[in-house]
Amino acid sequence: MITINEIIQAIFYIIALIAIAPVLGGFIAKVLNGESNFLTPVFVVLEKTIYKFSKIDPSEEMDWKLYTYALLTFNFFGILILVLLQLFQAYLPFNPQGLPNVEITLALNTAVSFVTNTNWQSYAGETTLGYFTQMIGLTVQNFVSAATGVAVLLVLIRALKTRKGNTLGNFWVDLTRTILYILLPLSIIWAVLLVSQGVVQSFSSYKEITMLEGGKQIIPFGPAASQIAIKQIGTNGGGFFNVNSAFPFENPTPFSNFLELLAILLLPASLVFAFGNLIGAKKHAWIIFGVMLFLFVSGLTVSIISEYSTNNVFNQSGLMEGKETRFGIVNSVLWSTATTAASNGSVNAMHSSLSPLSGLITMFNMEIGEIIFGGVGCGLYGMLLFIFLTVFIAGLMVGRTPEYLGKKIESHEVKWSIVAILLPSAVILLFSAIAMKTNAGLSSLANAGPHGYSEVLYAFSSAAGNNGSAFAGLNANTAFYNLMIALGMLIGRFGVLIPVMIISGGLVKKNVAPASAGTLSTDNFLFAILLTGVIIIVGALTFFPALSFGPILEHLLMGEGLTF
Amino acid sequence: MVSVKSRSKRKMFDKTIIKQAIIDSFKKLNPKHLFKNPVMFLVAVGASLSTFFIIKNIFIGHYSGFTFQIIIWLWFTVLFANFAEALAESRGKAQSDNLRKTRTQTTARKLVDKSEVIVPAIDLRINDIVVCEAGDIIPSDGEVVEGAASIDESALTGESAPVIRESGGDRSVVTGGTRVISDKIIIRITSDPGGTYLDKMISLVEGAKRKKTPNEIALSTLIAGFNIIFILVIITIRVFIEYYQTADVNVSQIVPVPVLVSLLVCLIPTTIGGLLSAIGISGMDRLLSHNVIAMSGRAVEAAGDIDVLLLDKTGTITLGGRMASSFIPEKGVPIENLADAAQLSSLSDETPEGRSIVVLAKEKFGLRGRDITKLDAHFIPFSAQTRMSGVDIHPQNNEIKRIIRKGSADAIKKYVEENGEKFSAGVQEIVNYISKAGSTPLVVSENNIVLGVIELKDIVKGGIKERFAQLRRMGIKTVMITGDNPLTATAIAAEAGVDDFIAEAKPEDKLRRIRDEQASGKMIGMIGDGTNDAPALAQADVGIAMNSGTQAAREAGNMIDLDSNPTKLIEVVEIGKQLLMTRGALTTFSIANDVAKYFAILPAISTFIFAKHLTDGPLSVLNIMGLATPQSAILSAVIFNALIIVALIPLALKGIKYRPEGAASVLKRNILIYGAGGLAAPFIGIKLIDLFITAVKLV
Repeated sequence: MITINEIIQAIFYIIALIAIAPVLGGFIAKVLNGESNFLTPVFVVLEKTIYKFSKIDPSEEMDWKLYTYALLTFNFFGILILVLLQLFQAYLPFNPQGLPNVEITLALNTAVSFVTNTNWQSYAGETTLGYFTQMIGLTVQNFVSAATGVAVLLVLIRALKTRKGNTLGNFWVDLTRTILYILLPLSIIWAVLLVSQGVVQSFSSYKEITMLEGGKQIIPFGPAASQIAIKQIGTNGGGFFNVNSAFPFENPTPFSNFLELLAILLLPASLVFAFGNLIGAKKHAWIIFGVMLFLFVSGLTVSIISEYSTNNVFNQSGLMEGKETRFGIVNSVLWSTATTAASNGSVNAMHSSLSPLSGLITMFNMEIGEIIFGGVGCGLYGMLLFIFLTVFIAGLMVGRTPEYLGKKIESHEVKWSIVAILLPSAVILLFSAIAMKTNAGLSSLANAGPHGYSEVLYAFSSAAGNNGSAFAGLNANTAFYNLMIALGMLIGRFGVLIPVMIISGGLVKKNVAPASAGTLSTDNFLFAILLTGVIIIVGALTFFPALSFGPILEHLLMGEGLTF
Repeated sequence: MVSVKSRSKRKMFDKTIIKQAIIDSFKKLNPKHLFKNPVMFLVAVGASLSTFFIIKNIFIGHYSGFTFQIIIWLWFTVLFANFAEALAESRGKAQSDNLRKTRTQTTARKLVDKSEVIVPAIDLRINDIVVCEAGDIIPSDGEVVEGAASIDESALTGESAPVIRESGGDRSVVTGGTRVISDKIIIRITSDPGGTYLDKMISLVEGAKRKKTPNEIALSTLIAGFNIIFILVIITIRVFIEYYQTADVNVSQIVPVPVLVSLLVCLIPTTIGGLLSAIGISGMDRLLSHNVIAMSGRAVEAAGDIDVLLLDKTGTITLGGRMASSFIPEKGVPIENLADAAQLSSLSDETPEGRSIVVLAKEKFGLRGRDITKLDAHFIPFSAQTRMSGVDIHPQNNEIKRIIRKGSADAIKKYVEENGEKFSAGVQEIVNYISKAGSTPLVVSENNIVLGVIELKDIVKGGIKERFAQLRRMGIKTVMITGDNPLTATAIAAEAGVDDFIAEAKPEDKLRRIRDEQASGKMIGMIGDGTNDAPALAQADVGIAMNSGTQAAREAGNMIDLDSNPTKLIEVVEIGKQLLMTRGALTTFSIANDVAKYFAILPAISTFIFAKHLTDGPLSVLNIMGLATPQSAILSAVIFNALIIVALIPLALKGIKYRPEGAASVLKRNILIYGAGGLAAPFIGIKLIDLFITAVKLV
């Protein structure tokens, strides 16, 4: 049975989020707006030095094409460098374990994974990547991939705000400011707090110890705390160690668990309020936050109920298989719901062992496009695409050309919103189908029946949603999955990002119409219901069949006493 | 000739129209036509594939009555959508046939070297000169260059009262198809064949030149997006099912091509896809039944977006002219003397103001109209230089000569002072008082002595205040444009209930106001008739020109109101909004429908998975409607999907009900009816169809 203590922990988590997000959001808005803030004295010299050193003119304004070009070039070289680091890591320093060079499809998969803010890990951290690759390669991308998401969001915000303009800011400035003033300070705070809880931060080589019963065990070390801080803050999720935050060195205490859990949703939730502040629509921001919170709590509730329902096979409820006894069930599903809602992908329990319906929640969270808080920046711009669709359909129903925050939502916006929603969905459905049609795909399955089916569906949902968590079971480190998932991650990231840039390029040129009594209001309860309805219906219409053949079928079969 | 007006009264489903529409719906099976509508094209492709499938199977000896019925209903889905479009079009066609008859049968008396030649109306070109006399039908659009005539325009407007058209000035435009009742006019033709209003009306009514409007394009994009999503869903469902294929179950028997196609057809938004063009065509049609011609569908849609409405005061907000409401004499002058002088000066003043003075004098003081010839009176008409009018009465029976003048306070003041008399402070006070009250003072003098002031009041049209209140609730701001001084304007604005006004407006003021409002992101509607309105009409997002207006105004606007009734814009706005609302509502309905269809179809194709007896697999719990068999479930969904198109044709043609309310309450109601209703309706409908087809053993 669920305990009062567990319920209080869940509620406390949500209250902490509601309390901190608006405050942090206000600060972020200041930073993104280029205003001076209490951190300016600390970082301004460094910021200016970076511009000077990189020959960036911070006052240069880019139009959407130039901005997109800068962003894509930056990401392309990010992937290239990361691939090279892995291919030649045996020759690089800080590799006390002497880990060998990485196989090319795995290297490509890992590179794409970290650049796209997915952090899908086909590799096992402690046995594949050296400290140099982890720090110079992965940790750097943990920062810049999150900052890239913020930059794109910022472009969309500027596009909505500007009247008949053309330029949308400077990518290099947005990137630098986001990292210096937001990601870096937060990561430092989190890293210090985590180290205080016992998370390791060391360059020493792995220790071999003799256990009480005489067996040998390798204890891995490494600069973990710093990477874990940013992996949680930047919705990256790629663990330093293979079992991620279920591992005591990554997540030693209940407090560290709370900190890491809070960090998952912290920035995505705060960005909603930053958006409201920047655009001058604070009430609307609360509506968006409310919709996200509602979807999050609904998913959480279903998961908790499902975990605590009696399992017909074992005639028992609250099964602990695959969960950490240190955290318990509520903290496990709280994490599983948050990590899939927020495109984080870190785990503190194995999702394969979740009850079928909590597994369904994690998949649905990812499949609707990681918009329940979502990834840093990309969660909100993904949500805004759904808002465009909602505004369009609802706007027609009030008898006006649909408008959002005074900007007309016309064929250009509808077209690219559809493209951005469609592409990741196509990856999930088509790639899963391809995997199930081919031996290359089917041979990696660890389980039969609907559970094996879910392994595949989960993997591609995770890739397309840029989540990065795995269902476990599936042997994803094959050429087929490495390449398919890498392609899925690329489409899931840039198939949304580029349409958002195109939409911004169109929106920025439009005039802002003042609201009248005939304008559809986006800051009332009715709009919240509509938006929720559109998200659930579009998501359900696309994925209900796919989910029925997986988790729903498994749930029903479990009722008949059949497991896989 | 059938008047255009009577069209609106015609029944929606006339027998001959339906017959024509049925024939046309088969003609529209032409792939070239279907290709224009991606949803129906997809259905047709699916239906063809399935037909091919069943024919192939018949040849190898398999025949399934179930598959055959599915294919029939797939084709019906296409035909029903075609029927909706054909119905909308043929309603318009029936209306335009009469118009076309006039066009082709009319002959013209063309002037060639000062002699008349009879030519067919359709041969007339721009700048040809024709003569029309009483009884003739005006052969084409033109401008009166000589003479004046009364013309019956009922063919266009349905209004039987004849109007005067004369050369020069603002009333020189004549429209082809109207009839001269009296007198003779010479007309210069201003349109080539195909470009006349009659031609435009014909092509508009028939929907021949209909271009997709911006919102329609955006909606089509959304629908196309859903099409792609559902194609993906259907393709992958086939593979996912195959994953569960066992030795005793062959997936190609569970989900053969026709079943997959029917899944797809049920899911893609066929309801809105099938009715989209009918909605657009009938919108134009509704506009025409209000006697408004829109130059494009875009303009109609834009009308629904209007934020600010610019209205001319005169004729729109107030009745054509001002009315005399009281006489206020100078101190010491008997009021009868003032009334007498005022009446005399106005006897041959044919302006509405002049007539109203005569009427007031008669009503209040019993002063009858006098025989002007007996008076030996010489009338001085109003001139722009003196800004006065009046009468000089030559002395009879030892009376002294009476020189009566009336005009604005400034003009009379100047006039009397030039002649050495005084314009007293008392009169000035009266003048100020009247101005403040929003009326117009007209000062009367006799033999250079000021007698007093006539108060001319603007009469605000009855019910106009309520209409403006309605517009305000719709979120539209009204701005009155008037040449009056700010004082007068304020009073009338308050009485009429407009939100704002521009006093002493010059054409450039109107234009500037429109540009300013547009720069702040607003959509502007403007109604005008004069040549000086033309720039503003062209600049406004929606410019409605009065049919009675000048050629320049008519060309500048993007709509023409045949009734020349300025409050018409309210109806136009409503039609624009109704068009969008109907599209939005049916889209919502269409997509909401899919939820129920999933619950019919998914269990039907997945019950075999882990089943002990082929159809009792665990996923049959999704069959929450309790449909009899997988076959009946699929067939019911397809039948429902096809019939709902037919059921919603009247709604598409009439448009959903519009009430002038704010966005929030409109949205709430539409969501409730079309969103919630769209979720619930198919659950009930599919279940009923399932019960029926099971009872009559169709499957």
